[in-house]
Amino acid sequence: MTDTLATFTPPTRFAVPGRIAVSNRAAALWQTATLTEIRRETPHAATYRFAVPAWAGHLPGQHLMLRLTAEDGYVAQRHYSIASAPDDEGYIELTLDHVEGGEVSGWFHTVARPGDQVEVRGPLSGFFAWPGDRPALLIGAGSGVVPLMSMVRHHRARRSDVPLRLLVSARSPEELIYASELGAETTPVFTRSAPPGVPVGRMAAAHVAPLLAEQPEGGWEAYVCGSNAFAEHASRLLVAAGQPVDRIRIERFG
Amino acid sequence: MNVTRGFTGRARVHNAGLPPGQYDAGDDWPVLSAEVTPELSPADWTFRVDGLVEEPRTWDWKEAHALPGSVYEGDIHCVTSWSKFGVRFGGVSLDAFLDVVRPQAAATHVVAYSHTGYTTNLPLADLTGGRAWIAWEFDGKPLSSEHGGPARLLVPHLYFWKSAKWIAGLRILDHDEPGFWEQNGYHARGNPWEEQRYSGD
Repeated sequence: MTDTLATFTPPTRFAVPGRIAVSNRAAALWQTATLTEIRRETPHAATYRFAVPAWAGHLPGQHLMLRLTAEDGYVAQRHYSIASAPDDEGYIELTLDHVEGGEVSGWFHTVARPGDQVEVRGPLSGFFAWPGDRPALLIGAGSGVVPLMSMVRHHRARRSDVPLRLLVSARSPEELIYASELGAETTPVFTRSAPPGVPVGRMAAAHVAPLLAEQPEGGWEAYVCGSNAFAEHASRLLVAAGQPVDRIRIERFG
Repeated sequence: MNVTRGFTGRARVHNAGLPPGQYDAGDDWPVLSAEVTPELSPADWTFRVDGLVEEPRTWDWKEAHALPGSVYEGDIHCVTSWSKFGVRFGGVSLDAFLDVVRPQAAATHVVAYSHTGYTTNLPLADLTGGRAWIAWEFDGKPLSSEHGGPARLLVPHLYFWKSAKWIAGLRILDHDEPGFWEQNGYHARGNPWEEQRYSGD
């Protein structure tokens, strides 16, 4: 990032600055990532662990671009959020949904095995990054929990006392990614079926209001990740509950 | 070339309109805005062009619609790698606005900004000559808010993050200033045909 240029600040309601400066060198370079482990998370999602020895390190919430190359030179590339916390050991993890007809996620779910090599470049974008400094209110649905889990893991690894809460929506307990890892910081919301005694239904104002009622000093930095429909819904709930629009960061699938 | 074992990919599309590394999203039109979709009605919408111009000017909805209409029919390309073919946007060519404000000789770049505060930078040359629009219709219908309605910038020959949603104005400059994604590692120009995705590409 250049730091010699002043940046124009528009005379409009709010500006949403990035949380961190981004290394252009890391973003420009394709690196080989060797698959070392596959872990099933849910019937539709699995975690893929890669060795990337020269990985420059990332912050929770950042993503990367991954590419697969066919024998005829055909290339497919996709953006994926990084699931693992930064660990400086040269490993990263991605958790991928098996998208119907998805040529990249389809390869991962039906062909990939440890030892396979793909290419990645990143980490990318500082906007959705959480450096661990500000109280964080994380709201996700489905595989939208992936970058948020990187934040939760980072928070735990650092034994941080910065307030952090995760509100996560899944269709059912079986579809809740990282279910066994979620702790007291997490409130799950189930939209199709739930454990006995837990209501079934869409994320609502009643889920968001208590979190905004217990605002930490300085307020929450909100991170929303999921489909566009979910992101629209969740961000409206946040705004209605009083969260300032310039403290809401959104990452939508696509 | 690092071939991925067992990867064949989807059926090859020999489409001369598909830039390198892109795929045809078909009927999908993903929404990727990083901020909350604003509730902005046409009555509240304004569009201003100022900076290095002879006559800074703000248009409201009615005034902008009084300019000669113009249509873009063609393709759009998102940096996340989807492209969408055969879209049809209606609005006004940016030339019509620039003809009124008259950029000064020293003008080289533009920061486009949204009613949300989103910014993106472009060379002025990419916004002139019938290659950029203020668009308020898609497929003959009002542009929806999640796609940037009531009106967005449309610069279809560059990656689509340059086509700022909820467009509020252009600041004309004599130098380049990185916008929102450009400060976050994305390319200053974003030409899909040269795969200018990230800074350094």
